[in-house]
Amino acid sequence: MTNIKSLGKTIKMRFKDRRGKKSAVKRYTRSRAGNFTLVAFLVLGGLFSMLPLIYCVCTSFKPLDELLIFPPRFFVHRPTLGNYAILPDLMASLRVPLSRYIFNSVVISFITTFIYIFVALMAAYSISKSSFKGRNAIFWTVQFALMFNSYTLAVPQYLIFSELGLLDTYWIYILPPMASTMGVFLGKQYIEGYVPDALLEAAKIDGANQFKVFWSIVMPTIKPIWLTLLLFTFRDIWQTVPGGKIFSEELKILPQVVTQITAGGVARSGSAMAVTVIMMIPPILVFLISQSSVAESMSSAGIKE
Amino acid sequence: MFKNKTGDVAAMPVASKKLRKLSRDKLLTEHIPMIIMLAPFLIFFFVFTILPILSSIVLSFTSFDMISSPKFVWLDNYRRMIVEDSTFATTAKNTLVFAIIAGPCGFLLSFVLAWFVNEFQPRTRAILSFMFYAPSLVGNAYFIWKVAFAGDSYGYINSFLMSFGIITEPIQYLKTEAYLMPIIIVVQLWQSMGVSFLSNISGLQNVSRDMYEAGAIDGIRNRWQELRYITLPAMQPMLLFSAVMQIQSSFSASTIMIELAGYPSKGYAVDSIVSLMTDMATVRYELGYACAMSVVLFIMMVAARLIVGKVLKMFEK
Repeated sequence: MTNIKSLGKTIKMRFKDRRGKKSAVKRYTRSRAGNFTLVAFLVLGGLFSMLPLIYCVCTSFKPLDELLIFPPRFFVHRPTLGNYAILPDLMASLRVPLSRYIFNSVVISFITTFIYIFVALMAAYSISKSSFKGRNAIFWTVQFALMFNSYTLAVPQYLIFSELGLLDTYWIYILPPMASTMGVFLGKQYIEGYVPDALLEAAKIDGANQFKVFWSIVMPTIKPIWLTLLLFTFRDIWQTVPGGKIFSEELKILPQVVTQITAGGVARSGSAMAVTVIMMIPPILVFLISQSSVAESMSSAGIKE
Repeated sequence: MFKNKTGDVAAMPVASKKLRKLSRDKLLTEHIPMIIMLAPFLIFFFVFTILPILSSIVLSFTSFDMISSPKFVWLDNYRRMIVEDSTFATTAKNTLVFAIIAGPCGFLLSFVLAWFVNEFQPRTRAILSFMFYAPSLVGNAYFIWKVAFAGDSYGYINSFLMSFGIITEPIQYLKTEAYLMPIIIVVQLWQSMGVSFLSNISGLQNVSRDMYEAGAIDGIRNRWQELRYITLPAMQPMLLFSAVMQIQSSFSASTIMIELAGYPSKGYAVDSIVSLMTDMATVRYELGYACAMSVVLFIMMVAARLIVGKVLKMFEK
C-alpha cells in the first residue's frame, strides 16, 4: 500500500503539467496557428452560446424606453437599477412574505439534491460492481425508462401522488425526483469505466464492508461525477415548478412567484428579467463551486491504481 | 458489452466445494449489502416511474378521455395512428428527420468541444465550460430566439439585415417552411449541449496521464491516433451516456418547436410526435391515443439506442 502511494507521488510530480508546467513526456501538440484558431473558435462558440445569458443581464438593466425602442437594441445604453429597485414593491403585495418562498426553495433544493446524489450513486455502485442476478435487467430497465416520454406519465403519476397523500406537502418536491434515472445511469457508466476492481478488492481484503467501500473509496474516486450530478440535479430542482400539485401558498417555491411577476406584461418585462437574473445566481454559484472542486480534485487524482 | 462478473469468478481454478462455501459468504457479505444499497432507488423508481409506464402502456389499448373510465379498444389506437391519421405520419417523419440530424450532431459537437476544452488549464477550462453550459442555466432560454427570429422588423435578425440593406422587407422566418427545420435544429443543438458536454468533460478528466504516456511508448504518432486508440476507448462509458441523452432529447423535443413555431406550425413542418401527443392529451382529451403514440415513440427510441450501441462498440479498443 505504502509502496503504491510513494510510487503515486513520484509519478504525480513528473506529471505536474496540469497547471501548465512542462510534461516529462512529449505529447503531440498543435502548431501556434492551430492553437490560435482553436481558441478563437471556442470563444466565438462560447459567446454564441452565452447570448441569452448576456441578453437577460442587459435587458434587466434597461429603462422602459429602451425596452420598447425601435429598432430593438441588444445591449443596454443607459443602464438603470430601476427594474431591481421596484422588486421589493412588487413583492410587498404577496400574501406570504418572500422570505418564506426563498426558504422553501433553498431548503428543498439542497436537501433533495443531496439525498438524490446519495440514492442514485449507491444504486449506480450496486449495479456496476455487484454480481447478483438481475442487475443487468435492472440496468436495461433504467435505460429504457429514460426513453419513455414523461408526458403521458403525468396522469398515472398524479393518481399515485394522490393515493400516497403526497399532494400539497413538502414530500411532493422531495420524493418524485428520487426516481430520476439519469443520475443512476451516469453514475453507473462512470463507476464501471473508471473505478478499477483492484481498488475495491484491496479495501475488502482490509476488512471494509460494502457500505464503507462505497463511502470511503468509491465516492472520493468518482468526485468529478457527483459534482457534475450535483450541478444537474440542483439546477433541475431549483427551476422546476410542480404544477397543480401544491395549493397552499406557504408551501410554494420561488419559480411560482416568478411567474406571477412575469405575468405583468410588457411594462414589467424589465423586472421579469431582473427576477430571471436573480434566479440564475444560485445555479451559477453551484456551478462555480463544483467546477473549481473538480479542477482541484483532478490535479491530485492522477493516480488511482 | 456488459460483462457478467460471475463469469470471471467461475473461470477461476477453485475446487467446487470451496466455491460453494465462497458463494454463501458472498451472498452475506456482498450481494445483500449491494441489494440494500440499491433498494431505496429501486422502490422510488418502481412507484414513480415503472408503475406509471406500465399503466400508460395499458391505457394505450383503451379509449380514455380522463373523465369517464377507460374503455378497452385493443389495437384501435394503433390502427388509427398508422392507417388513418396522416398527421401522425407527418409528425413521425419530422421527428425522425430531426432526431437523425440533431442527435448525432449534438453528440459529436459535445464530444469535440469537451475534447478541445479539456486541454486547457483548469481556470480557462472552467470559464469555457461555463460558456457552453450557460444555455442550460437560463431556464427557458429559447425566448431569445423568438425575439431574434421575430417576423416583423423588431426581430434582431431582420433589423440587423435591414439596417445593412441586405433585405428590404422583414422575413417571416418562423412562418416559412424552408427555414423552420434548420432553425429548430440549431436551437436544439445549442440548448441540449449542457448535460452531454459536462459529462464528457468529467470523463475526459479521468483518462489518465499514464495512459497517454503508455500510448506514446507504444508508438502513438499523432493526435488522431491518440484520439482513436486511447481517448475514444477510455471514453466509452461516457460516450454511451451522452448518446442516450441525445436520443432522449432529440426524439422527445417539442417545447422549442411549439414555443418558436407554434402548434400546428406552418405546413406541419416541425411538429414532432410529442407536439401532437401534447395536443391530443391536453386539448382533445384523447389520453388513450396519446399513450399509444408514446409507446410507438418509445419503440423508435429503443431501436435508436440499439443501433447506437452497435456503432459505439466499433470504437471499443
